[in-house]
Amino acid sequence: MATQQTQTAARLMMSPAVLLLLAWMLIPLSMTLYFSFQRYNLLMPGMEYFTGLDNYRYFFANPNFWAALTNTLVLVGGVLAITLIGGTLLALLLDQPIFGQGIVRLLVIAPFFVMPTVSALVWKNMMMHPVNGLFSFIARVFGVQPLDWFGQVPMLSIILIVSWQWLPFATLIILTALQSLDEEQKEAAGMDGAGPLSLFFYIILPHLARAITVVMLIQTIFLLSIFAEIFVTTAGGPGVATTNLTFLIYIQSLLQFDVGLASAGGIVAVILANIVALFLLRIVGRNLDA
Amino acid sequence: MGSISLQNVSKNFGGVTVIPDISLEIEDGQFVVFVGPSGCGKSTLLRLIAGLEDVSGGVIQIDGQDMTRTAPAQRKLSMVFQSYALYPHMSVRGNIAFPLKMEGADKETIDKAVNNAASILNLTDYLDRKPRQLSGGQRQRVAIGRAIVRQPKAFLFDEPLSNLDAALRVNMRLEISELHKKLKTTMVYVTHDQVEAMTMADKIVVLNAGNIEQYGTPLELYTKPANRFVAGFIGSPRMNFIEGDEAKKMGAHTVGVRPEHLSPSKTEGLWAGTVGVAEHLGSDTFLYVHVDDVGQITVRASGDVAFHSGETVYMTPMDGRLYKFDAQGQAI
Ligand SMILES: Nc1ncnc2c1ncn2[C@@H]1O[C@H](COP(=O)(O)OP(=O)(O)OP(=O)(O)O)[C@@H](O)[C@H]1O
Ligand SMILES: [Mg+2]
Repeated sequence: MATQQTQTAARLMMSPAVLLLLAWMLIPLSMTLYFSFQRYNLLMPGMEYFTGLDNYRYFFANPNFWAALTNTLVLVGGVLAITLIGGTLLALLLDQPIFGQGIVRLLVIAPFFVMPTVSALVWKNMMMHPVNGLFSFIARVFGVQPLDWFGQVPMLSIILIVSWQWLPFATLIILTALQSLDEEQKEAAGMDGAGPLSLFFYIILPHLARAITVVMLIQTIFLLSIFAEIFVTTAGGPGVATTNLTFLIYIQSLLQFDVGLASAGGIVAVILANIVALFLLRIVGRNLDA
Repeated sequence: MGSISLQNVSKNFGGVTVIPDISLEIEDGQFVVFVGPSGCGKSTLLRLIAGLEDVSGGVIQIDGQDMTRTAPAQRKLSMVFQSYALYPHMSVRGNIAFPLKMEGADKETIDKAVNNAASILNLTDYLDRKPRQLSGGQRQRVAIGRAIVRQPKAFLFDEPLSNLDAALRVNMRLEISELHKKLKTTMVYVTHDQVEAMTMADKIVVLNAGNIEQYGTPLELYTKPANRFVAGFIGSPRMNFIEGDEAKKMGAHTVGVRPEHLSPSKTEGLWAGTVGVAEHLGSDTFLYVHVDDVGQITVRASGDVAFHSGETVYMTPMDGRLYKFDAQGQAI
């Protein structure tokens, strides 16, 4: 598709989809942008007026903003690290010829089909509950003081829950990439004297780089806006220990009825997401070309 | 240094026997070619020698040592795959250096060996390119380069030229032959192209359905084929086979005669037939002659012979160039 005509034709064909997408994204975005410059509180309807950058000033001045920002990044980073490393290891395992391979793979994918609210509830009440939870039961079996997961290590708990949900996705994509690795390349490396570790680091990992990049980008987009898991389990607490940007915006718009302030937060979140995406593309983007 | 010995080697995949029982001695420094029709087990045999497949039975000795259960890397053999199997994310230098890096050689040794291999194979200008930026012939040479750097006991080639165009194939054929003269390392080479086999080999192994039909020098195979399969496989165009009464008259179930061993004449000869198609190649003329009661016979005549479609031609086999086979296809 390199000639002048094919390019023009391609553009023409794509234009309806592009226009629809633009409208779809631009209208909500510009409305949010508009509200973010308004003094607009639902407790005082009909009294909105232009305030310039006041909403942004309040949002940044909020003592919880920086905590929320850090929490967001910690959450994204933690989940990415666990799912990428765990996903790669699981994919390597699942690529081995084992009995009942199909069923094992299905089981591995299963968590992805569970709704976030449901899985968070299951984790909260059946796994991590300090009295009834499976973990506390195991701890008591070994005579150890059970851990109050959401009280003592709230962020780690959230990271674990979200990782559990996203591990299948990472595993699946990486497994697919793994299976597309040319068998002869592995054989050649074997004959060249590469052991299992060298084989992994010199042949397999470079081959997986592109898939890992894609997983990372897609997951980042979703992880920046994690909400349900926090809402159901810790509600942002204790204190603001698990409040991320999404949750902060929710507190402000719905609990304080301040649409203008929440919109400003939304815009900040969009900008943050773009910065993170740009950053990621810079580091790993070269894996995507060719 | 690099002798290879197979003793009663067999291989089954699941219930399917691909190689029933093969014994073979490859002497040090020889260029041995496995040739045979598609699916006859050439690649499988090569992979057994390389250690990429486990034997189902028998013993493989390399250099007099039993290597039947040894991992591929410890056999000190190098293999060039049909798909080349270059590492796509490494430069040409990285690819060639890889076996040495795995051995833990120091940087100086590696650089020297890589540059040496590159100059032998005319790759010096391409060392920093990625495999995908190379032509087929260049990739082929990188694969060979990766095989020669660590000075293996023997090279294994699996149809290395099948992805190349005809002209390049002739070129690379020569280059590999020259490389063999230079390195004097044992080479085992798989091909289904009998021209490659005839031109490159010190000795040829003709395989059919997992069995060795004959093992010998190219000329032995050409002049003294052990059976009808070898006679038909070696030589181009194919040997003519005549069965039935004509053959019985000569005391054989089948008689074979090569197209180049028939002298055509316009006036007299043993068999008479009508020219169907005459192919004028300039240097040669191929006549496809229909003979009653015998069938189609191919004649290779010199380029200036003027026979045309529909003419009658008489053909006589040259003295001592008639091959006789019994009902089982064995030469008599
Ligand atoms: N992994 C395998 N599992 C089952 N059967 C196999 C396997 N590998 C090869 N075979 C069978 O073994 C036979 C020989 O295969 P092989 O690849 O050695 O043929 P070949 O002589 O190299 O043919 P070609 O010239 O087409 O490459 C074939 O009939 C093939 O179907
Ligand atoms: Mg083959």
